[in-house]
Amino acid sequence: MMASNYNAKEEDGHQPAAIGHGGAGTVKNKKPDNTAFKQQRLPAWQPILTAGTVLPAFFVIGLIFIPIGIGLFVTSNNIKELEIDYTGGDMSSPCYNCSQSYSWNSTKPCTCSVPFSLDQPFESNVFMYYGLSNFYQNHRRYVKSRDDSQLNGDKASLKSPSKECEPYRTSDEKPIAPCGAIANSLFNDTLELYYIDPNGSRTAIPLVKKGIAWWTDKHVKFRNPGGNDNLTVVFQGTSKPVNWRKSVYELDPSDPDNNGFINEDFIVWMRTAALPTFRKLYRIIHKKPNMTPTLPLGQYILEVTYNYPVRSFEGRKRMILSTISWMGGKNPFLGIAYITVGSVCFFLGIVLLIIHHKYGNRNHSADIPS
Amino acid sequence: MLRRRLNRLFGRDERRVDSRTIYVGHRPCPATDTFIPPKFCDNRIVSSKYTVWNFLPKNLFEQFRRIANFYFLIIFLVQVIVDTPTSPVTSGLPLFFVITVTAIKQGYEDWLRHKADNEVNKYLVTVLEDGRRARKESEKIKVGDVVEVVEDETFPCDLILLQSSREDETCFVTTASLDGESNHKTHYTVPDTEKGLESLSATVECEQPQPDLYKFVTFFSLCVVSLRSLGPENLLLKGATLKNTQKIYGVAVYSGMETKMALNYQGKSQKRSVVEKSINAFLLVYLCILVSKALVCTTLKYVWQSQPGQEEPWYNQKTQKEKDANLYLNMFTDFLSFMVLFNFIIPVSMYVTVEMQKFLGSFFISWDKDFFDPEIQEGALVNTSDLNEELGQVEYVFTDKTGTLTQNSMEFIECCIDGFQYKNRDSSTELDGFCVTDGPVSMLQQKEEEELFLRALCLCHTVQVKESTGQEDWVGDQVDGVLGLDGEMVHPAELRGFIASSPDEVALVKGAMKYGFTFLGMESKNMRVMNRDKDVETYELLHVLNFDPVRRRMSVIVRSKCGDIMLFCKGADSSIFPRVRQEEVDRISMHVERNATVGYRTLCVAYKLLSSEEYAQADAGLREARLALDDREEKLMAVYNQVETGMSLIGATAVEDRLQEEAAETMEMETAKSTCYACRLFQRGTELLELTVRTLEDGGRRREERLHEVLLDYHKRAVQDPPPVKTRVTSWTSAKQDYGFIIDGATLSLVFNSSPDSSHYKSLFLQICQNCTTVLCCRMAPLQKAQIVNMVKNSKGSPITLSIGDGANDVSMILEAHIGIGIKGKEGRQAVRNSDYAIPKLKHLKKLLLGHGHLYYVRIAHLVQYFFYKNLCFILPQFLYQFFCGSSQQPLYDAAYLTMYNICFTSMPILAYSLLEQHICMEVLMSNATLYRDVAKNAMLRWSPFLYWTLLGVYQGLLFFFGVRFLFSNPALQDNGQVFGNWSYGTIVFTVLVFTVTLKLAMDTRHWTWINHFVIWGSLAFYMFFSFFWGGIIWPFLRQQRLYFVFANMLRSVSAWLVIILLILLSLLPEILLLVLRKPRWPHSRQVRYTHI
Repeated sequence: MMASNYNAKEEDGHQPAAIGHGGAGTVKNKKPDNTAFKQQRLPAWQPILTAGTVLPAFFVIGLIFIPIGIGLFVTSNNIKELEIDYTGGDMSSPCYNCSQSYSWNSTKPCTCSVPFSLDQPFESNVFMYYGLSNFYQNHRRYVKSRDDSQLNGDKASLKSPSKECEPYRTSDEKPIAPCGAIANSLFNDTLELYYIDPNGSRTAIPLVKKGIAWWTDKHVKFRNPGGNDNLTVVFQGTSKPVNWRKSVYELDPSDPDNNGFINEDFIVWMRTAALPTFRKLYRIIHKKPNMTPTLPLGQYILEVTYNYPVRSFEGRKRMILSTISWMGGKNPFLGIAYITVGSVCFFLGIVLLIIHHKYGNRNHSADIPS
Repeated sequence: MLRRRLNRLFGRDERRVDSRTIYVGHRPCPATDTFIPPKFCDNRIVSSKYTVWNFLPKNLFEQFRRIANFYFLIIFLVQVIVDTPTSPVTSGLPLFFVITVTAIKQGYEDWLRHKADNEVNKYLVTVLEDGRRARKESEKIKVGDVVEVVEDETFPCDLILLQSSREDETCFVTTASLDGESNHKTHYTVPDTEKGLESLSATVECEQPQPDLYKFVTFFSLCVVSLRSLGPENLLLKGATLKNTQKIYGVAVYSGMETKMALNYQGKSQKRSVVEKSINAFLLVYLCILVSKALVCTTLKYVWQSQPGQEEPWYNQKTQKEKDANLYLNMFTDFLSFMVLFNFIIPVSMYVTVEMQKFLGSFFISWDKDFFDPEIQEGALVNTSDLNEELGQVEYVFTDKTGTLTQNSMEFIECCIDGFQYKNRDSSTELDGFCVTDGPVSMLQQKEEEELFLRALCLCHTVQVKESTGQEDWVGDQVDGVLGLDGEMVHPAELRGFIASSPDEVALVKGAMKYGFTFLGMESKNMRVMNRDKDVETYELLHVLNFDPVRRRMSVIVRSKCGDIMLFCKGADSSIFPRVRQEEVDRISMHVERNATVGYRTLCVAYKLLSSEEYAQADAGLREARLALDDREEKLMAVYNQVETGMSLIGATAVEDRLQEEAAETMEMETAKSTCYACRLFQRGTELLELTVRTLEDGGRRREERLHEVLLDYHKRAVQDPPPVKTRVTSWTSAKQDYGFIIDGATLSLVFNSSPDSSHYKSLFLQICQNCTTVLCCRMAPLQKAQIVNMVKNSKGSPITLSIGDGANDVSMILEAHIGIGIKGKEGRQAVRNSDYAIPKLKHLKKLLLGHGHLYYVRIAHLVQYFFYKNLCFILPQFLYQFFCGSSQQPLYDAAYLTMYNICFTSMPILAYSLLEQHICMEVLMSNATLYRDVAKNAMLRWSPFLYWTLLGVYQGLLFFFGVRFLFSNPALQDNGQVFGNWSYGTIVFTVLVFTVTLKLAMDTRHWTWINHFVIWGSLAFYMFFSFFWGGIIWPFLRQQRLYFVFANMLRSVSAWLVIILLILLSLLPEILLLVLRKPRWPHSRQVRYTHI
């Protein structure tokens, strides 16, 4: 047993100082100090939890938690959320062909259109997520396969990425930028939304691709090497990740603030998800200045450029449209949990009160059956 | 002798095996053959263990010899070698911390030892070198050097006394620092060395060094002529101090580490507390949990990987090296990785915390002013801090009567001379009704007997008369004396100070003084006694047959003026009675028995007139035995026994030893649950069961048969009679018949030694003992005391025993018991040095056990349970996370959190708690002895509390993980729609964890001093601060900026706040409920609250 001998510490007990002293010196002829600390008489608060003191707390907790829970529950219920699975697993699905005919090398992207309808309009800002299932972004080999100093714009790391990036460190003898498995597997489906007017015409819904990543990630943690000027030159001599179709400096050539390592889609992807089923923020549909809802009810089409293979690991892909409240996205868990705990506390308070009144008064709560 | 001659015949080499030859002053003896300077070690005392050079390697080696440290080192190495989920820093840093702290502590202690060593080694001494006096550092003394020591100096090494400045060729030393005896001992020079030391050439042949302080056999041979045998009375021990003598010269025989003092300095055997055993048991459980967790995860991992597309999906390819690795090797390294991932469940920091708690906690005992005794100006002494909590577990208390229960200030109460009893109370002889039946003897004869008896008292002792050194003491004595005698004329001799190794000798001499016989002191082998007629009688002291606890008697052989040679012997009745005539015994034994039962110390005095032939024979025998190089003790013993026969009994004495203050109270509280051995605790209504030699000798049958019968009989009465035998706990309160049990040494040895059935007797005896409230064992040898302790210690249920004693004869008992307590009494410091704790008075035991012991037990038990609990709920979420990350050993928490959790975030509150907690305040604990029973039998560290804590940990761990898991079913937790990743997940869990675990401790704290407040709230604040700080900077030395702004972003999310609050409350809810519903365990704590506020 590991600790069985731990304290066999013949060596370090505080034996009376030394042979030479022969004991005479070890005995203190001093009267101990009469201080509160040394006499263990520090003034102290000695709380005692009894039914009497705890009872009100139960009621207070109940009274606070139940309203919060109801508020949370209502808020969560008011959040509108629409989920569309476009994996294309079964024959009837519009993306079936794309999912079957997938190959990394195909030059011609496969597209499919998924029609859907909204039963109720989405007010205020709408957030568009993509969701993946059975995708282990939290696998250890995956999580550690990145080089944060490279992503922070360190030029040395750009040329020789960290070993953690293996086997996505170099390709064709050239360092990969950005290296690692996470970057390599960047989600590269393109999702577009079209509103089908009742008259049949399609209007593209403007999707904003900024503001989807943490501010600190975008401005501090991720940086392009050598600032934002001419990324093509900066990334000279590096190779694109093997599964990418284009280089990192081509992620968003139209906007230098969203290109290279500071591309927000990329940053969002780089924040590894906690669970194998996850969603990531893809686009934001801003509220229109006029009173019309952001997404009025009616028919829509989701245009998917199907690049991302998930069939091999039996994953699923989803597109989620959701509004957001102060508590974040739709999640009834918190509301239910608060209501439950609040009720339990309240109930316990009542039970305790009864017990306390029945037995406690007579015998100083000593006879409460435990 | 023969052996020595043989040795000489076969040459030097063999002789050196068991003896050494020393040339005084390094001058070779012309008579002997070639002079080969023998090699002996130098006089350096080295108590330190390390030097500057070997400190690091040696200390590291010593530390890693501990299995726990070694385990953590292995974990660390695994982390370095194998690709493990957590960086080696996470376990390396705590280990480094532990090792460093321990190394600093040990280094400091060693530095202190170095300093002390240097003080001794660099001390300047005077050495005679070629006739000149030279100052030398003590460490440079070589064996054979002639050393000069002046008064009040300590001897730098073991010396043979060659020359003394005193005329009678003696010197006085005190060995207070060796065995605590502060009386002056007389040592003698080697006879016939009047020759100048400068030209003295002699050899000393002595035994190889051995630790026995009181044994020394040596031959001293002057070159040409004679051979002398020397004994311990010629040897001056290192560490002793020269007194009353201006200066002496001595030749160094043992030096440095070979001195008797250094050889005596041995580490005591380590005593282990029950708590430690519990810790080890719990550790075993946790190790099993750890291994099974790792096994489950490894299995899961391979099951999961066997599904299609999971082991190596396209987005997460293995490296070439990983692909090539052997499957089974992979499995093994995976297993190791999981072990590493979960190894935090066995926290390295627990050991540090426990050790710190014990170390710091023991200061409170030595600081306690209630243990301070103004008389000796000392407080309690803690020799080991390992047993603090054991003080709260004591079930059996063994105490030594003399000096422990009693004050050890003896008073001569009465004597009984030839059947007549004299009481001291009124200073007049009085015939006791008891004695009348014996029939008065003629007055003349009685007077003679009386005087003989008193002379015996005056002569048969080793008392010394204190010389006029301490004038101030004298004045004090004088005042006492005058007042004490109510203005009567004070006999000048009354003012004499007597010094003796045992106080009852003084009491006897003083008693004799009261009857007119005054011991005036020694004058070069002559004892001077002033008799009733104020005449001074002189007796030549021929031999002293020393007292020892085995013989339990001592004798002197003196020659009176008129040439009669007399032997006076005094000793315990059991050792005297067999050596005198039976009819004399019958006359006196009744008194002795009576006095003994009242509680007096009794001694019998006998004498014998030796004819000159007898004396010659005895003298020769004694001398020969003393000369013997081997088996000297045994030979001496044989001669003693031979001489001390056929004596006639003159009388018996009784000396009272007053009970220590509050002894009765202290003991009474003990009986609440424990049994007291060897103390006077028979209350009225206690039925006495006696098992002594006397009861056994009734029928005249063989003792053993009788013993068997009596034991069985008592067993029936004590064990079987009280109908519900097993309900012992309640029986204490009920008015059940209390049994007292008396057994004496002789019978006890029968119980232990009667061969075939001894185990049977033992168990019978034990059962009787356990059913009696009090067991009195009288007339015991030290070893028997230890035997009894050992027997109880190893009995069923292995109860915790405590021995308390003050004398050297209690040492064996003190060492044997779980806890040994020494009383800083008058019988020297032997007991104190060997004890685990030393207190000035017996009454202090009450606070030590009921107060400190109880508190320490509660503290450490809580500490241990809390540590296991907090690490269980720390690691459980990490384990559960493996089910959600493909069993890939992905840690849930960041490495910084993993490392800091036990070191910084949660360690200080529990340490403060374990030092300061007083769930009930001292006064209540002391006034209410039944509370002690609440923690008896390791109540807080048994399996059911452990199970409770474990379940609590499991519950909370599950709650933490799944609460956050459900929250993360939608990871969009911010009001800007952004999502949280896996590090946010871990941070939320960790935040809940730190708060819950700290608040749980806060709920358990019953005694909130400002330190507790500071540490508890400070820890939480520190956690917040650290998290901000750690996540606020891009750390250049980190490979991954995992926590960058994770904590701050978490705090910006309302949902995260809400879930944290919810989970903390929910995890503490069962605890709160239990607290409310549980019967208030300590009912009085409320009433006395005011005392501390």
